[in-house]
Amino acid sequence: MPRKKRGAAEVNAGSMADIAFLLLIFFLVTTTIASDKGLAIQLPPKQDPNEPPPDVKFNERNIFKVLVNSNDDMLVEDEPLGDVKQLRSMVKEFVLNYGKNPELSENPGKAVVSFKTDRGTSYEMYMAILDELQGAYYEIYSQKLGVDMKTVREINNAEPSVKDSYDDLKKEIPMAISIAEPSKATGN
Amino acid sequence: MAKFKKKTSASQDIPTSALPDIIFMLLFFFMVTTVLRETDLLVKQKLPLAEQLKKMEKKSLVSYIYIGQPKQTDRYGTEPRIQTNDVLVTPEGIVQFVNQEKDKLNEAERDQITMAMKVDKEAKMGIVSDVQQQLREANALKVLYSAVADAGAVQP
Repeated sequence: MPRKKRGAAEVNAGSMADIAFLLLIFFLVTTTIASDKGLAIQLPPKQDPNEPPPDVKFNERNIFKVLVNSNDDMLVEDEPLGDVKQLRSMVKEFVLNYGKNPELSENPGKAVVSFKTDRGTSYEMYMAILDELQGAYYEIYSQKLGVDMKTVREINNAEPSVKDSYDDLKKEIPMAISIAEPSKATGN
Repeated sequence: MAKFKKKTSASQDIPTSALPDIIFMLLFFFMVTTVLRETDLLVKQKLPLAEQLKKMEKKSLVSYIYIGQPKQTDRYGTEPRIQTNDVLVTPEGIVQFVNQEKDKLNEAERDQITMAMKVDKEAKMGIVSDVQQQLREANALKVLYSAVADAGAVQP
C-alpha cells in the first residue's frame, strides 16, 4: 500500500526573526557605544617646592597670548576677538611666520601659544578654544606631511615612514600650547 | 479570464528564511561593539563638542573622572561635583583615586595612565583646574578631555 505523500519535515522558523529582533532591541537600548574620544593634553610635572620656578626669558613676539575671562570674552594678542573660529588661521600665521612679520614669531621652534582662562570661564568655551589651537597645529602638520588630519591625530596607526617624518617635523615645529593656571578673579 | 490566470504562475512570496540570519548578524554586531556601563552616573553629563578628537589606544590605561552638576540636587547641592567610580569626592580625594587606579596596572604601564575627564559643558574651569592640580600631585600627567564629535563641522 503506498504511503500518503508528505512534505519535507520543516521547523517553523518564521518566528525566529521576531526572537532575534527582540534581542537586538534589548541590546540597542541597554548599551552605549564606547566613546573614548577627546582632546589629549599633557600636564606639566609637579613643581619641586625646594626649587624656584626656572626663570625663562621669552621674547614677547614669540608668545601668542589667548586670555579668556569669566564672561567667556576672549582677548587674543591684547585685542578682543569674538569668533573662536578665527583663532586657527591666526595661530597658523603666527607659527609659520619665520621672522617675516616683526610682530609674530621668529621661528616655529620658539613659538609658544599661551592660553589662560579664569576660574569662572565655562568648560565649553575652554574646549572650543583648545580645539582650535590644537586644530591649527594639526593642520600645519597635515599640510607639511601631505596626509589628512585624521592620520596626523592618530599617528600611531600610520605607516612607519609617515610616523618618522612626523617625529622629525615635531622637533622643528613642536606643539607648544601652554595652558596656564586659571586666574582667581571670580571664584566658584 | 482564464488566460490571465495562467500568466501569474510565479510565487508572490518573498523568501524570509534568511531574515533571522540577517537579524542575528546585526545582533552580534551590536553585542560586540557595545559595552555595558559600569558606573552609575551621579552627575549630569553633557559633553562639549570638538573636532580634533583623538581615540584612546589602550582602554585598560584609561580611568574616568566625571565632573558636573549632581543629579540629586537636594542631597548634593547644585554646584558641580567630582565623581570617581561610584562616589562623589572632593578634589583632595583624586590623589587616592589615581593611586588606586595605578595599582591595578602593572609596573611598566603605570606612567602611561590616562585620566579621561568627562566634564559637563556647564561646569566652570575652577573645578577642572583643581582636579588637574591634584593629578599633577599624583603624577598622572596624561589627560584626555572627553568630547563628542562635532557633526556639523567640515572635516578637511
